Amino acid sequence: MSSSNSLMDNLFQRSLEDLIKGFRLQLLGESAYISRALEEIRREIKVTDLSTKSTALHKLTYLAALHGVDMSWAAFHAVEVVSSPRFQHKRIGYQAITQSFNDQTSVMLLITNQVRKDLNSVNEFEASLALECLSRIGTHDLARDLTPEVFTLLGSSKTFVRKKAIGVVLRVFEKYHDAVKVCFKRLVENLESSDPQILSAVVGVFCELATKDPSSCLPLAPEFYKILVDSRNNWVLIKVLKIFAKLASIEPRLGKKVAEPICEHMRRSVAKSLVFECVRTVVSSLSDQEAALKLAVAKIREFLVEDDPNLKYLGLHALSIVAPKHLWAVLENKEVVVKALSDEDPNVKLEALHLLMAMVNEDNVSDISRILMNYALKSDPFFCNEIIYSVLSACSRNAYEIVVDFDWYLSLLGEMARIPHCQRGEEIEHQLVDIGMRVRDARPQLVRVSWALLSDPALLGNLFLHPILSAAAWVSGEYAEFSKNPYETVEALLQPRTDLLPPSIKAIYIQSVFKVLVFCLGSYFSAEEPISSSLAQESSSVNAFAYESILNLVNVIELGLGPLSGTHDVEVQERAKNVLGFIGMIREEISEKVNNEAEACRVTAFMEDVFSDDLGPVSATAQEKVCVPDGLELKETLMDLEEICGEFLKPVESDKISFSVSKLRIRDEQEASSSSSHPHEGGAGAASLLEHRKRHGMYYLTSQKDDPDSNVTLNDYPLANELANEISVDLFKPKRKPSKPRPVVVKLDDGDESRSKGKTNPEAGNEDESLSRAIQTALVVKNKGKEKAQEGEESSRIVNHTSLEMKKKKKKKKKNGERSSKDKSRRESEVAATTEQVIIPDFLL
Amino acid sequence: MGIRFILMVNKQGQTRLAQYYEWLTLEERRALEGEIVRKCLARNDQQCSFVEHRNYKIVYRRYASLFFMVGVDDDENELAILEFIHLLVETMDKHFGNVCELDIMFHLEKAHFMLEEMVMNGCIVETSKANILSPIQLMDKAH
Repeated sequence: MSSSNSLMDNLFQRSLEDLIKGFRLQLLGESAYISRALEEIRREIKVTDLSTKSTALHKLTYLAALHGVDMSWAAFHAVEVVSSPRFQHKRIGYQAITQSFNDQTSVMLLITNQVRKDLNSVNEFEASLALECLSRIGTHDLARDLTPEVFTLLGSSKTFVRKKAIGVVLRVFEKYHDAVKVCFKRLVENLESSDPQILSAVVGVFCELATKDPSSCLPLAPEFYKILVDSRNNWVLIKVLKIFAKLASIEPRLGKKVAEPICEHMRRSVAKSLVFECVRTVVSSLSDQEAALKLAVAKIREFLVEDDPNLKYLGLHALSIVAPKHLWAVLENKEVVVKALSDEDPNVKLEALHLLMAMVNEDNVSDISRILMNYALKSDPFFCNEIIYSVLSACSRNAYEIVVDFDWYLSLLGEMARIPHCQRGEEIEHQLVDIGMRVRDARPQLVRVSWALLSDPALLGNLFLHPILSAAAWVSGEYAEFSKNPYETVEALLQPRTDLLPPSIKAIYIQSVFKVLVFCLGSYFSAEEPISSSLAQESSSVNAFAYESILNLVNVIELGLGPLSGTHDVEVQERAKNVLGFIGMIREEISEKVNNEAEACRVTAFMEDVFSDDLGPVSATAQEKVCVPDGLELKETLMDLEEICGEFLKPVESDKISFSVSKLRIRDEQEASSSSSHPHEGGAGAASLLEHRKRHGMYYLTSQKDDPDSNVTLNDYPLANELANEISVDLFKPKRKPSKPRPVVVKLDDGDESRSKGKTNPEAGNEDESLSRAIQTALVVKNKGKEKAQEGEESSRIVNHTSLEMKKKKKKKKKNGERSSKDKSRRESEVAATTEQVIIPDFLL
Repeated sequence: MGIRFILMVNKQGQTRLAQYYEWLTLEERRALEGEIVRKCLARNDQQCSFVEHRNYKIVYRRYASLFFMVGVDDDENELAILEFIHLLVETMDKHFGNVCELDIMFHLEKAHFMLEEMVMNGCIVETSKANILSPIQLMDKAH
């Protein structure tokens, strides 16, 4: 019964071709057709007849590859099909396996024996199928179990099989490191093969190995050199060049040796791919070989002037590799680069932009920015924002290193905000606030720019600009003393269209209104009563406010904030209420014009005091620098935590503490000074603070007297951080344009950045490392055997013909140099025994 | 690894061949193919044949209605990959005789077979047309 069924199935089964034809004729819709076909396949694949089964699997594989159908459920059927004695079935089975198996496939274990059988098969095509399969899905177990077979095939007399065995080696090594011990020697022997097919395969494998770990391939440099000089196959040469690019980066002396043959290829070859590979090798790894670099840059120029967009792109790309070390190469091609900014291809434009930014320095930054802003205005949104981002990041690099004229830069930021496509609001916001805090001299211009932004009602409608507006609002409040006309500022902050802002930014607007109001009141009172407060004195230069204008201001604010006191957002409501409450408190006294005005004056002075604390930039490492005070029991009940984050809890030496402590100290000083100079004003606050200190003394930091920087006075700028000595020296170098000296830019230590970068993940390199260790061990074995042979054939190698003693000495020297150049001390110590035995041939010298 | 995947996609964005040299789940493949196809098909002839996508570099070339797209590592030689694509097309041309989209649709396994001869584990191992085609011809004869 069942056999007749299967016969029927077989007779009427649709072949893959029928399935594909059906696809083109079907009227059901694709997904319905696929699900119908799948039903059919599920039925057919269960029958015992292998040819029906394999056809079903074939169809399923097709659907999975091109229509994204899941075929993991058929894993076992694939194993069944692959065990068929017929080659046709086997092929279908292997195809299905390579396409659908992965490390998690449970039936993976079942194929080991079948693959082994096929690897040993006399039919080279069966062996080839098995190798292909192993190269794609090989797991640790498969690689371990099949290493002997792969080893045998590496020496096969059939080129067809041998080259595939070479190709599979990479996967085997990767998954099972011990295979290196077994197979590496044979792999290296293949490197000397005269068969171009073998050579092509084996060079590809070494290229990958060298990418993973160059140092392990270094001893094979003579072999690669021979290929570089002798081979005429461009594919092979490209791979060898890649290998040398990697090797030269760890062994600089190689550069001198290979530069000449590489130049020869550059001059001789007509194949653009080979020439480009030579160029890339030279600019990335041999850039200190002057002659080679010159030739490479000349070739780049040829690429740049070609009409072919591919060559133009690659030329620009090569320039961007060489730019950090040899900027002259870019400068020579400046016109081409600028022209490429208006290229049709966005990729070319991006490369050109990156190159242009590499050329930026303090002399040309304004010119380049102007050119770029013009491009940004007429570019598509994506490229426009790329431009804006590039300019922003280039100018802010290393605490605005290249910006000399901050007035210009702030105007530029203002301009950026007005570019229609601008979407980099957050970055601009950050920089506006950052410059305000870091560059005291730039504040007047900052306030001007902010005012221009705030007073433009059109900007409020653009969602991307809201962050910028929030920064502008903050700036106008924080630095209200530089405002030309506080009344207009307040009007701008309260204009009706601010309803378009999100509540969080609206709250900043209200807070800024508050700050401006306090400032105006402060100068109003200090003008009337010059002896009242020392804090108002610095602003006495600003025109004092007449009674009417103050009243007017208060009225405008009340009018603007009134509706907000009933808004739904609690933050906005609260802030509005605060301001309104404050106004209520002082209002009568202004209007009555009482003689002494004690209450209003006192309140205003108090608020001014609150707002007068100058904010400074905060170092990212500030928190770490605070040491744990004595007597603070952190570990008592948190012993478990130590295991998890023990290293973070280590206290830092106290002399490194700089920022946060001083900040607190300043607060204390202010508290003290205000309480001493105006005992009747700050009394309450100071008293409660003292009380607090008495009770919770252990949480306070040590008194400022033993702080080495305690001579910094309150008015010394920068206040927030006494790191003025850490501002890099070259900031003060005389500039070529002495008309306007660069203002002081507060810069905190940026050690934290480099530290986090330097820290490498110890786990990351593990895989590759153990692989390279295996290779090194294998090379030791190989070289031990080879040494004797080498001595005999010295003359045939490219070596210095020195006496044996000299050679030995040199070898020793080289080893030392080699060791110091490598900075992998951890691994070094682990494999010290093996690395020392690795012999680096004299070829390098 | 060099080559990470090879795709053949027609003008309508339908995948005609997909060969991956690293494991990606079905969803990942579908998402990747969709993004790449959208990116590449939007470009014109005056633009270069290289597109950066996530951590891949895509080198593509159009032949009539079919796009050949190869995803490679960042340091792979772009021009060599273009030559590889051309070699693949020439090889198929030689076998099918003036190859077209339908040939690849109906003889997908042959196209795969050629690729397997040319690329192993992401490395290009064979660049001679005769060597690539000889096993296929043998198998055709055996049929």
